[in-house]
Amino acid sequence: MSGPNTDYDPVEVTPLKAEQVDEMREAALAAIAAAADLDALKQVRIDHTGDRSPLALANREIGALPPQARKDAGQRIGQTRGAVNQALAARQAVLEAEHEERMLVEETVDVSLPTTRARRGGRHPITLQSELIADLFVAMGYEVAEGPVVEAEWLNFDALNLGPDHPARSMQDTFWTEPAENHVVLRTQTSPVQARTMLTRKPPIYVVCPGRVFRTDEYDATHSPMFHQVEGLVVDEGITMAHLKGTLDHFASQLFGDGITTRFRPSYFPFTEPSAEVDVLCFVCRNVEPASCRTCRGEGWIEWGGCGVVNPRVLTACGVDPSVYSGFAFGMGIDRSFMFRHNLEDLRPLFEGDVRFASSFGTEI
Amino acid sequence: MKAPLSWILEHVDVPAGTTTEHLTDRLTLTGLKLEAVVSPGRDITGPLVIGRVLTMEPEPQKNGKTINWCTVDVGDANGTGEPQGIVCGAHNFEPGDLVATVLPGGVLPGGFEIGARKTYGHMSAGMICSSRELGLGDDHDGIIVLPADAGEPGDDVRPVLGLDEETIEFEINPDRAYALSIRGIAREVLVSVEGASDFRDPTDRTPPAPNDEGHPVVVEDAEGCPVFVARRVTGFDPTAATPDHIVQRITAAGMRPISLAVDVTNYVMLETGRPIHGYDADKVQGAIVVRRARDGERLTTLDGTDRALDPADLVVTDDSGIIGLGGVMGGETTEMSDTTTSILVEAAHWDAVSMYRTGRRHKITSEAGKRNERGVDPTICEAAADRVVELLVEHGGGTADAGVTVVGTPPAMPVIEVAGDLAARVSGMEISEERSIECLRAVGCEVSGSGTLTVTPPPWRPDLTDPQDLTEEVIRLVGYDHVPSVLPTPPSGRGLTRSQQLRRRIGRTLAGDGFVEVVTFPFVGTTDLDDLGLPADDPRRDLLRLSNPLSAEAPFMTTTLLPGVLRTAGRNVGHGNADLAIFEIGTVTLPRHSGPAAILPVDRRPSDDEFAALDAALPAQPLRLALVAAGDAASAGWWGPARPVTWSDAVEAIRSVAAAIGLEVKASSADLAPWHPGRCAELSVDGQVVGHAGELHPTVCQAFGLPKRTVAAEVDLDLLIERAVHLRPAPAFSSYPVAKEDVALVVDASVPAADVEAALREGAGELLESIRLFDVYTGDQVGEGKKSLAYALRFRAPDRTLKEGEAAAARDAAVALATERTGAVQRA
Repeated sequence: MSGPNTDYDPVEVTPLKAEQVDEMREAALAAIAAAADLDALKQVRIDHTGDRSPLALANREIGALPPQARKDAGQRIGQTRGAVNQALAARQAVLEAEHEERMLVEETVDVSLPTTRARRGGRHPITLQSELIADLFVAMGYEVAEGPVVEAEWLNFDALNLGPDHPARSMQDTFWTEPAENHVVLRTQTSPVQARTMLTRKPPIYVVCPGRVFRTDEYDATHSPMFHQVEGLVVDEGITMAHLKGTLDHFASQLFGDGITTRFRPSYFPFTEPSAEVDVLCFVCRNVEPASCRTCRGEGWIEWGGCGVVNPRVLTACGVDPSVYSGFAFGMGIDRSFMFRHNLEDLRPLFEGDVRFASSFGTEI
Repeated sequence: MKAPLSWILEHVDVPAGTTTEHLTDRLTLTGLKLEAVVSPGRDITGPLVIGRVLTMEPEPQKNGKTINWCTVDVGDANGTGEPQGIVCGAHNFEPGDLVATVLPGGVLPGGFEIGARKTYGHMSAGMICSSRELGLGDDHDGIIVLPADAGEPGDDVRPVLGLDEETIEFEINPDRAYALSIRGIAREVLVSVEGASDFRDPTDRTPPAPNDEGHPVVVEDAEGCPVFVARRVTGFDPTAATPDHIVQRITAAGMRPISLAVDVTNYVMLETGRPIHGYDADKVQGAIVVRRARDGERLTTLDGTDRALDPADLVVTDDSGIIGLGGVMGGETTEMSDTTTSILVEAAHWDAVSMYRTGRRHKITSEAGKRNERGVDPTICEAAADRVVELLVEHGGGTADAGVTVVGTPPAMPVIEVAGDLAARVSGMEISEERSIECLRAVGCEVSGSGTLTVTPPPWRPDLTDPQDLTEEVIRLVGYDHVPSVLPTPPSGRGLTRSQQLRRRIGRTLAGDGFVEVVTFPFVGTTDLDDLGLPADDPRRDLLRLSNPLSAEAPFMTTTLLPGVLRTAGRNVGHGNADLAIFEIGTVTLPRHSGPAAILPVDRRPSDDEFAALDAALPAQPLRLALVAAGDAASAGWWGPARPVTWSDAVEAIRSVAAAIGLEVKASSADLAPWHPGRCAELSVDGQVVGHAGELHPTVCQAFGLPKRTVAAEVDLDLLIERAVHLRPAPAFSSYPVAKEDVALVVDASVPAADVEAALREGAGELLESIRLFDVYTGDQVGEGKKSLAYALRFRAPDRTLKEGEAAAARDAAVALATERTGAVQRA
């Protein structure tokens, strides 16, 4: 390196000659353009802009120039360094983009590979069906009432106008518990929840009670000693059968589809009078050419449940004044509703717990 | 009730062209529900015709039988007009007889296809039929010989044999006992089918007036037996056959033909609804006395069963003792037989409740009992007895005795007052008082008054006791199909209760964690509890027993959900579902041994105390969650190896459930069946034990057919849900930098990690943000009986950046406390 030009003599500094600087620039730009990848460019950067690069060395020589020459040389070197750095940056960007693109191509995976590590869970379709039904009624303003499955005989029968010698008692094949004098049964219906509700709430009462019930039926494709019912109870002033019909029509259309209505047939239940069987319009054939319909077996209608106007005797036993209030009640099999809604002919998969059954329904139906 | 259509229409007219379908539709809509329409010939297809036997050649066979080679004139039914050659094994006919002949191409009940086939050396082209072959009964002694005027050869034989008779099967509700008779059904046709007319009541006859010459009868219990009618037929021919139309009708109605005398009583019961009993009059000794049974009395009933009688049973006696269980079943000693020539006919009205109790007590279900316990018209005893006598005389050649015994009078029907607008108010339809009166009169009520109607129901309707019963009669005749559809307007509801919401959340959490919900029956036997390895004094062995379990193997209500889920898991493994995680949410039954649940009165509301006592008498029924997992929790794949289920999955599942409702679960070691004694966690929340989780004992896995290392948990959801966090305060986060410190501590292998962590937590003080155990090491480097626990600690201040050394100091304090409490030594 040349020493300081203290005497202000014009000193010949070769690297600062214009043609030399131009050469440096050309060499640098050529090397940048030739750099094929980011590693090569890195080397080019060191070679042409690093501490020991010709341009850096030339820059340091500027100080050796007499003051009047420094400006000119400084400008020349500065512009050159600027141009080189710009070219480097541009090339860097190009190479980075290329690199990234190549990386993405190289990182391609087979997204069709299986991804299932953990088991899928699921809730029981009867639970889901019960919740769906409860939600339909909650949306109307009802509340969900509950009661025990091991129940007092009085609540399961007597309070519901099924006295000890009522022939209808033997229609419901009851599981009795020991000792018999304790008068405790497995509830044969969700109706004792009705009685409990009236005994613990004041009208107006609008409740549904989904739950498990028991009958001494041998277990087969269409019978189970345990099954599920949903019961509805309304007690209010001026309640009529028309309200019952309206409610069940709404329920049917919500559960089975728009336009699905119900049909009443006279029937008999001790706790309601008048009583009716409810049929729901077949949601598959809608009673249009039902002959070939498998869902309703050619009937056009499907037996759905029972209902009626709450017998005033029941109101009295449960502390509701029948001269002020009237009510309606209805009950449907949840399992049955599920079976025809989902085309299940044999109920046993509901209670056998094969995980393939319930998991196929996931967490909502 | 199975009712032959022709029998119904014998008693009521319907407009010409009324189809069976229309008739049954209308009856269904007014309350007699159609079950099925059947006809005995429904399974017979193809040519079944009248044939006239032209020739018959008996041909003895090597097997000892003799067959008849017959030629039968079947008119043009065989297409040729030539006589048909048929082999027949029966001998009860002769040339010239008309017989039921099925020709090749016909199909008889049971899918029996008839063809021309070579048999006994002849080509037999068809078959001459017996009753049994046509599905008309059990008679197979010979073929059917038709009356000489049955028709011409080649005519269809179905109408002659009643094979095309339609029988309608109705489902009869308990309140419509009157419809357990042709009389009742015909009356329903009258009120249900538009244009029906001219009801002809089979009991509308004039029986001879009662006199003192009949069989002496004393009724000691007029409440139990308000009416007793006795008639007598003598000179009866016990061999007389029952006319075909009676056999056909009672068979169609589902009863078995037995003998003329029995068939006639059944026929009249079906026709009128009034059960009738016939005694062999020569075996009845002295006066008949009706009374309640006495302690220790016994009776052998017609079915051959010797029964110990109850003092509440109504019995019929004579000088010899008890001869019948009144209204339910007769006794053996006076049974009619094939030598009976004198018949004593009893038509009595019995107290329905007594009938029901006696039937239940002796487990007797009979057609008579079914009617008597539901209530029969008490006014028709004389007419029904008279009808029986008439038929016995007509078909059995006997003579009706002049003596007619009638004891008692039919009880009066109640008088009911009902508001004239009640039907309108109950139904929500516009039903005028006039319409209501019209409907009530149509079903047989006497009605007077206006505004408030005074109604006397007809004697065949004992079910009509309340004003509300009368409204049903009105509304069903107006038509349930006319009830309008109106939605009521409930007050604003409060939605699901919190407990209901949380239960759903718990189910969803478990499903999200890979568990599948199952529903099992709550019945268990002691074997189930033995399989769980429960010790003899385990409280879970205190079970509520069912009096009438479906299976003697499982007579109890379960106290734990585990047997159900473990059996279900075993079944799944058996089905090849080896990687398994299931759960069940349900109640268990824990007896309280608190005495009886009272039968309270029903004419008033029970007091709050009475109601509370009722509840207290029931067993506790807490809601439980049980779960089981086996196999792999995560499967092997291209990502790496499988992760098998371990004890910790069971604990974690419960922690996950608890976290979903804002709770934290503490696990501590426990030893409880059915779990592995070294791998069982007692789970608690806020110091309350809520359940257990862990790996199952190997013998339990074996007992339930589960793979080794299957894990399970059972917790009380009521306890969890009670403690669920409701309103959680929003958390505040520090955004200052975190300082991380790791420590490895060596402790005795017996020291619970939870204790070490608790000491570290407490020692670290307020700056500790979180602590996580990231490694557990046992082996040479820490020495026998020791383990190394490595914790990652994170420190952070809420309001500033921690100063150099602050985190390290807190860490050292944490370690110091852990050392003091658990003997932990920091690993170098």
